[in-house]
Order: sequence, then structure tokens, then C-alpha cells
Amino acid sequence: MTILSSVLAWFADPVHWSGPEGVPARVLEHVYYGALALLVGALLAVPVGLLVGHTGRGGFLVVGLANWLRSLPDLGLLILLVLLVGIGLVPVVAALVVLAVPPLLAGAYAGVRNTDRAVVDAARGMGMREHEVLLRVELPNALPLLFGGLRSAVLQVVATTSVAAYVGFGGLGRFLIDGFRAQADPIAKYTEMTAGVLLIAALALLLEAVLAGVQRAVVSPGLRAPGRGARSPADMVLRDDPPCPLTETKPETAGVNP
Amino acid sequence: MIEFREVTKRFPDGTVAVDALSLDVEAGRITVFVGPSGCGKTTSLRMINRMVEPTAGTILVGGRDVMDGDPAQLRRGIGYVIQQAGLFPHRTVLDNVACVPLLLGWSRKRARARAGELMELVGLVPETAGRYPAQLPGGQQQRVGVARALAADPPVLLMDEPFSAVDPVVRQSLQDELLRLQSELDKTIVFVTHDIDEALKLGDRIAVFRVGGVLAQYDRPGVLLARPADDFVDGFVGRDRGYRGLGFLSADGLPLGELRTMTVGESVPERGWTLVVDADRRPLGWVDGGRNGASATAVRADGLVPGGSLYDTGADSLRGALDAALSSPSGLGVAVDGTGAVVGSVSADDVLTRLAAARADGAAA
Repeated sequence: MTILSSVLAWFADPVHWSGPEGVPARVLEHVYYGALALLVGALLAVPVGLLVGHTGRGGFLVVGLANWLRSLPDLGLLILLVLLVGIGLVPVVAALVVLAVPPLLAGAYAGVRNTDRAVVDAARGMGMREHEVLLRVELPNALPLLFGGLRSAVLQVVATTSVAAYVGFGGLGRFLIDGFRAQADPIAKYTEMTAGVLLIAALALLLEAVLAGVQRAVVSPGLRAPGRGARSPADMVLRDDPPCPLTETKPETAGVNP
Repeated sequence: MIEFREVTKRFPDGTVAVDALSLDVEAGRITVFVGPSGCGKTTSLRMINRMVEPTAGTILVGGRDVMDGDPAQLRRGIGYVIQQAGLFPHRTVLDNVACVPLLLGWSRKRARARAGELMELVGLVPETAGRYPAQLPGGQQQRVGVARALAADPPVLLMDEPFSAVDPVVRQSLQDELLRLQSELDKTIVFVTHDIDEALKLGDRIAVFRVGGVLAQYDRPGVLLARPADDFVDGFVGRDRGYRGLGFLSADGLPLGELRTMTVGESVPERGWTLVVDADRRPLGWVDGGRNGASATAVRADGLVPGGSLYDTGADSLRGALDAALSSPSGLGVAVDGTGAVVGSVSADDVLTRLAAARADGAAA
């Protein structure tokens, strides 16, 4: 039996779809750890990124911190945390938070910094207070880049949440670890591992699609680059001058040319 | 209305942007700050709504020191238009215009209704209300910027090079539009530009700044052209200032001469220039009786010599009258009334005589 047909058979087997070790339960665990890590990461990174972007002070710290966090090996960090505080949800989520913070921090910071300075000047000149400038102008304009950071963080966290299984937690990583350890037969071993990899990839793609939809709904249509995305003829750019009369068909010239 | 008293702005690096500026901005008028880059005109403007805080001196708006109280509150009472319009890209045109009323706590419905009125006032069609700024060309964006600044009906309007990023044709129409708006609204407008022609066109009074933030001259445009305070102002005002200065002298009292007119179909006269007019006495062109040697033949509409510019007796200055005389093939400018009907002729000599009289009266001073 080839790997492909055995993987199909694995997915077709109802045993793998029920109970605490079934696919639905593992997906929920995976999403739970990942969501927790993203939530904590966002609560830490987004306000800091927005504030640093708004004040313009400490930008080099943000960039340096993000790069430093990116360079940490996540599995090593998880093992270190487990050794320090013992096995538990905290070291698992903390290791994932470290992964989620850099793209969120960079996205929030760059989003605010990239807001047109003339727009910010106008906002302040019209009498917005600093928090109004940040929340009503800079934040909405930062959303495209902030969403870019979020999507990148989600992908990385979803892929890496598998390490939870390494320290005895659930999630889709279980199929990788258990398949590797428990199955003696090489076909059975790689079948379960492949199934786990496919599930993680599918979850990542699904979440990416959901986030793209949320982004479309949340980001103002005015921030979409002109010419991109679905547009109706009514969306066409207005012109200062009326349409050139030369483009209108002239009845007297119709049919004159042979 | 707005008073600068010995106002100095020194930046942390030591450069002096504005040096002991004292001037009064008249209420209900357009005051233009003009000068080369680095002359402190924009810094001076931005100190009025406290976007820049003075190092020394006092600025009073309506008798109140701008440094007293809350800057956000101050700014909500002062309209602000900047070069790139600075429209909020994430909000529709209507919500951009409604911004200040909403900040002042108006209900959304009332703010939007007001925004709709303002859009109409500045000549934006209602269909633009739901669009986003990126979908509008530069000239339309500036109209939105002006509407947004006027939305809460502030007595003071600050405009920082608002028309310098649009092409010359659109700029001209925006300038005309601003003058039309001002004739209805009587705002106290402070307008910054580096373009002396724009300053002369828009300003009731013009403050010319030199590099280093020093006020070189503060006068009415006619005076600036007739009597520049020094070589710097003279050089800045530029070429043809004598001719352009005529634009600020009233043509009242300019004598109109007789003008021979005829209509199409009549016989060409023996000699001399005759103006051909239509049934409503509007000018069509000239016919030269002597040169054609075609006397006694009937005048044809397609055989006319094109005329020059017209002098509108109701609206034009001496500049318009002189240009009409200089651009006419006969040397006689065609004077018309408000409906475009010919009322007489004007000669360059008469304009110069009138100019001399105006100088003697001190009208140019």
C-alpha cells in the first residue's frame, strides 16, 4: 500500500474522527493554544506598536526587539521554559507568543508610520486630540499593514503550535509525535505524520481565507489601491475636466470614409 | 482679528524661522503671506492655530492669546487647509467634510446634512459624497479640503499653499472659486503661497517675507506693485509690475470715445477702421476701409479682422482697458457693458492720462 492510499484510508477511517484523540478534538486544541497565544501576543504587541508609531519615539527598539525575537529557536525556547516552570499551558503559550509578537509589532508600528504625514497634520490641525488622531486616523490607516502582520503571525503560530505535543499537550502536533513514536511499521508511521501535516496546512489555509475576508470587511474601501480588487464602473475616478468631446462619435463622419 | 506681536520662532537647532514679526490681519479679508522658501511664512501661519508654538511674543486671535487654553479647542474654531489636502483616505468625502462638526459633538445626521450643504457651496456634485479621496483628482480633493475647513463655520480660515499641487488651469478656477466664496462668506483668511501672482490675485493685503523670517513689506497689492519697499520686494514682485499695477486701479472716470460701427451686409466705408457688430451690438470683428480698397462692397462675416480683448466697463480695471486698446487692430479698445454690447472705445492715451491722475490723487498709495 502506498503512502497516498494509506493516508486516504486514514482519513476515511471513522475511528480518527471521534473521541478525545480524533481530528475534531485535536483541531480544537490546536486552535485553542494558537488563539490564546495570538490574543496575548496582540495585547502586548499592538498597543506598543501603535504608540511607538504615533510618537515616533523608540522605533529602533521596536525593530531591534522584533528581530531579536524572530531569531529565537522556538522548540529550544519551549524546552527551556518547561525546564524553568515545569510542564503546563503557560510555557506552551509563552513560546508561541514570542512567535506572534514580531509580525504584529512590526505591522502595527509600520502601519502607523506609513500613514501620510499630511493626513495626520490635517487631523491635528482640525482639532483632534492625540488619542483621536491615533484611534480615528492612524489606526484605520494602519489596518492593511496590521492585518499583514496578523496573517503572518497566524500562519507561523498555526504551524508551530505542533510543538505543544512535544511536551505532552494536544493539538495537531500529536499526529506527528505519536505517529513518529508509536507506530513501528514505517507505512503506518508516515501515514499518521502525513495526515497531521495535511491537517495543519489545511487549517492554516482556512484561517488565511477567513482573515482575508475579515480584512476586506474591516479595512476601509478608500484604502484599497486604485485599480485593484473588484470595482464597478461607478467607481471610476472622476476627472477635473469634462470628457473630451473628440471621443464622442461624430455623426457626420460616420460612413464618409470608404 | 489676528495680531502678531513681536513673535519669534527659533527651532531647537538654532535656526530662526520667524524673527520678531508684528502685523495685524484684518477681519473679513484675505491676507496673503508670500515669500521664497525658508522665509517663515508657513511657520507664521501654523503659529496661529498653535501647530507651532512661538518661542517669544504673543499671537492674539479675536483678542485671545492662542497660548491660553486647550490647543484642540482653539483649532476646532479655525479652518485649516493644507497643500496636499490631507483628506482622510479611509473616510468618504461626506464624512471628511463632517469631521469638525462631529468633533464638536454634533449628531451624525446633523453633521452630514451640514457637510452636504458645504459640498454644494464649494461646487462638488452630490455623487462625490460617497466616494473616497483617492478616487478624486487633485482639484476636487482641494475643494473637499476647503469644504471640510468651512464645515463648522469658523470665522478664521488658514490656507497653507492649498493650490500649489494642482495644474495651472485647475488652480485658476480654484482661485476664482475662493474669491467667489469669500464674497459670500467674509471669512478672515490667511493664505500662504510662494507664488506672487497668486498673492496679487487673492490678497486684500500681502505680507512679503524674506529668508530668515523677516517681514519685508505689508501692504495692499496695488501699493506693493507701485512702491516696493526695497530691492528684495522689487525683485520678488517681478517683471511687468508697472503694467500689472494697473490691475489694481479703478477704471472709473475713464472717458469713452465714439466708435464707428456697422453690421454685416452694409457697404465697406471709404477709409478707416470700423467695428462690425451683430444685431445685439456685440462685436464680431473689424473691417479696414482704406486698406482693402474694396469700398462699396458689402461686409461679409467671414472677411473680418479679429478684434482684441474687450474692456468691460462694469468690471475691468485700467489694466483691462489698456489691454483692450493695445490688442485692438485699430488701436481703439472696444468697451462693452455687462451684456457684451458695445458702448464706446477706449484709447491707450486716455488710460495713461487716467493713471497720471490717479497718481496725483494718491490713489495708488
